[in-house]
Amino acid sequence: MKLTFKILSVFLILFAISCGEKEEKEQPKLSDPETVEEAKTTTAEVSNLDNKGVGPVKSVEIGADIDAALATQGAELFKNMCSACHKMDKKFIGPELAGVTERRTPEWIMNMILNPEKMIKEDPIAKKLLIESNMAVMANQGLTQEEARAILEYFRQFDQEN
Amino acid sequence: MKQLNSILFLFLLSILMVSCGEDDAKSRDSRSGGAMASNAAERVYVAPGEHDEFYAFLSGGYSGNLTVYGLPSGRMLKEIPVFSQFPTSGYGYSEETKPMLNTSFGFVPWGDAHHPDISQTNGETDGRWVFINENNTPRIARISLETFETEEIIEIPHSAGNHSSSFVTENTEYVVAGTRFSVPYPQEDIAISEMKGNFKGPLTFIAIDDEGRMKIDFQLKMPGFNYDLSHPGRGDSHGWFFFTTYNTEEAHTLQEVNASQNDKDFIAAVNWKKIQEYVANGGGQEIDAQYAHNVYDHETHTATSTMMNKVLTVDPRDVEGAVYFMPTPKSPHGCDVDPSGEYIVGNGKLSTDLTVHSFSKMLKAIENKDFDGDAYGIPILNFESTLAGTVKEGGLGPLHTEFDGEGNAYTTFFISSEVVKWKLGTWEVLDRQPSYYSVGHLMIPGGNSRKPEGKYLISMNKITKDRYLPTGPELEHSAQLYDISGDKMELLLDFPTHGEPHYAAGISADRVKANSRKIYRLDENKHEFAATSEDATKVVRQGNEVHVYMTTVRSHFAPDNIEGIKVGDKVFFHVTNLEQDFDVPHGFAMIGANTSELLIMPGQTKTITWEPKKAGVWPFYCTDFCSALHQEMQGYVRVSGKNSNTPLTWTLDGE
Repeated sequence: MKLTFKILSVFLILFAISCGEKEEKEQPKLSDPETVEEAKTTTAEVSNLDNKGVGPVKSVEIGADIDAALATQGAELFKNMCSACHKMDKKFIGPELAGVTERRTPEWIMNMILNPEKMIKEDPIAKKLLIESNMAVMANQGLTQEEARAILEYFRQFDQEN
Repeated sequence: MKQLNSILFLFLLSILMVSCGEDDAKSRDSRSGGAMASNAAERVYVAPGEHDEFYAFLSGGYSGNLTVYGLPSGRMLKEIPVFSQFPTSGYGYSEETKPMLNTSFGFVPWGDAHHPDISQTNGETDGRWVFINENNTPRIARISLETFETEEIIEIPHSAGNHSSSFVTENTEYVVAGTRFSVPYPQEDIAISEMKGNFKGPLTFIAIDDEGRMKIDFQLKMPGFNYDLSHPGRGDSHGWFFFTTYNTEEAHTLQEVNASQNDKDFIAAVNWKKIQEYVANGGGQEIDAQYAHNVYDHETHTATSTMMNKVLTVDPRDVEGAVYFMPTPKSPHGCDVDPSGEYIVGNGKLSTDLTVHSFSKMLKAIENKDFDGDAYGIPILNFESTLAGTVKEGGLGPLHTEFDGEGNAYTTFFISSEVVKWKLGTWEVLDRQPSYYSVGHLMIPGGNSRKPEGKYLISMNKITKDRYLPTGPELEHSAQLYDISGDKMELLLDFPTHGEPHYAAGISADRVKANSRKIYRLDENKHEFAATSEDATKVVRQGNEVHVYMTTVRSHFAPDNIEGIKVGDKVFFHVTNLEQDFDVPHGFAMIGANTSELLIMPGQTKTITWEPKKAGVWPFYCTDFCSALHQEMQGYVRVSGKNSNTPLTWTLDGE
């Protein structure tokens, strides 16, 4: 045990030394600013308002006005279930969500929430988004259709107000 | 040996070649020709993606755990930590689960798990819980078959060698815990040589409520024999419990000789319904006792340990008609009751015969006061008057018996290494199959209930030797699966088992799988230190204790950069898994932490502590491959000197 610890310590020291050396030698090439910039400007922003996505939601009834109570419920759900990966105002793990109701159909949004495993395999937009999100798959948070509808209402409210 | 194997192989091969041309019906008839002559492989083959027909819960013996297998495939599905620390999940290491291993002796990190038994309703296995006993530091655990986690452990005071345990009555009224090593009751400092007459072998009856919660109802202060195994009555004998005893000599040294002097020991028949009534009416005496009662809560994801200090003790002589001894030859080991409840089988382990008592004859003998003296005031029934029959020359060293519900019984013989099928009532031996090697327990799903599911039998063998590729001197034990649906038993499969399985319990998968939980709901998480959204993550310093409220989701921690930790701090990482999808656990490991990792199920919160000893920047990471970005799932903790002024900050992506 003690011996292992000693060997480990020596290894750690060597590791520390070698780390110091590397730093001076070269910058890693992966973060070439130009390539990253290129990736960013691809198709997630392409609007496709015919695409309803793949999943349980075939059509959604949407009122002209916002159901404020439903939107509040959706905001709470969004905070607890989604905000670890999505922000409204910036791309985080997944895409920025401001304006999502202008880019996608309500059915698509709900199917993406309820059926992400199939969406990223079959839906053309979701497939592209997956690649743009560095293959970070969207998590299925086990929400009900009603809960997904509430989140949609929150997105609608956000987009109307901003 | 090798040569023998080759000959055997060639022989089997030739049978196979011959039988290949035959039609199906015919090859079924040639079952006795060995596994290769039949379609054994096909019958244990569970195609990819398909499920087994039965769950089997095998005790992990000295691993302290319970292992879950599928039958007929023999595939191990899970190891459930029960009495031992389990670094794989953090059980017994995490702050939440450490209390599960608390005892009156303090924290005990290991146990010797023995006899799993599934809860019953109306004498049938109902798939709610598995109970299992710990032999060394006497305890009984309850495992949920919804979560497949240990939910409760109760220590058994005044006991030692908790072996004739943890068998369940037919409506799960009680789980029993016996005493194999009789001891002073209560413990006291006396000369070992004063054992005889002074030591006791308490039998503890633990009441189970509708939620499964365990409570010691009473403890029966029995003479200081060794209570080896037990089973409840069922049907007409429901309300009774039967315990084998040995060392009625009350020897305290060189027991392998001195405890084997009497030609007969006893099966103790306990009318627990009478005693239940007696204590309900205020009978018994409350005495001091120290024992831990540990309960795990799936909402707080936290266990609590309560130290109890009283137990109700009952002197069996004070309850008229409550306990009788049935003389049973040759240090009986297994004590098994047939599905009808009429026959009580004593497996005299130093014998070639099995002794079967009749419950109805026992009642008659009691009524007629057909006694042959007494032991410490407890009546001994006349041997002949309770005897139903003897299975003659079954083999050498019978240990345990199970039943198929078709009027047949199956007994393991340790010394002659075989499983023997015999007929209830006529006591004739119908079939025998060798086991490889030295079989101990056997199990038929529901085989010790009113309704056995008599399709398969597994034998759990004590010696493995050459059954698998050699792995050095230490080998896993081996189990064997027999098809018992025909007249003759057929050996279908060998599979290795973990630890030393002492007994197992099996049940149709249909009674369990629909209830198996997939996730823990985040909105039901009531853990004191849970962060159920990234919004709620924070780091709080209280003196030199620092609490990190952390979350995980594919694939990052929040926060993932923490600064302001100092050498000498005690850091609590409370990690909540925000996932709500089936089978997406995250792990958490911290460099240099003197504990295990955490494996956190969706919606769950778990905590480990870390006491950084050196200044520097120290990484932590996710140990469970969670997504394509799993390698990126890591973070850093900056540790500064004891007296530094680095401010406490926590961030994710700079925020």
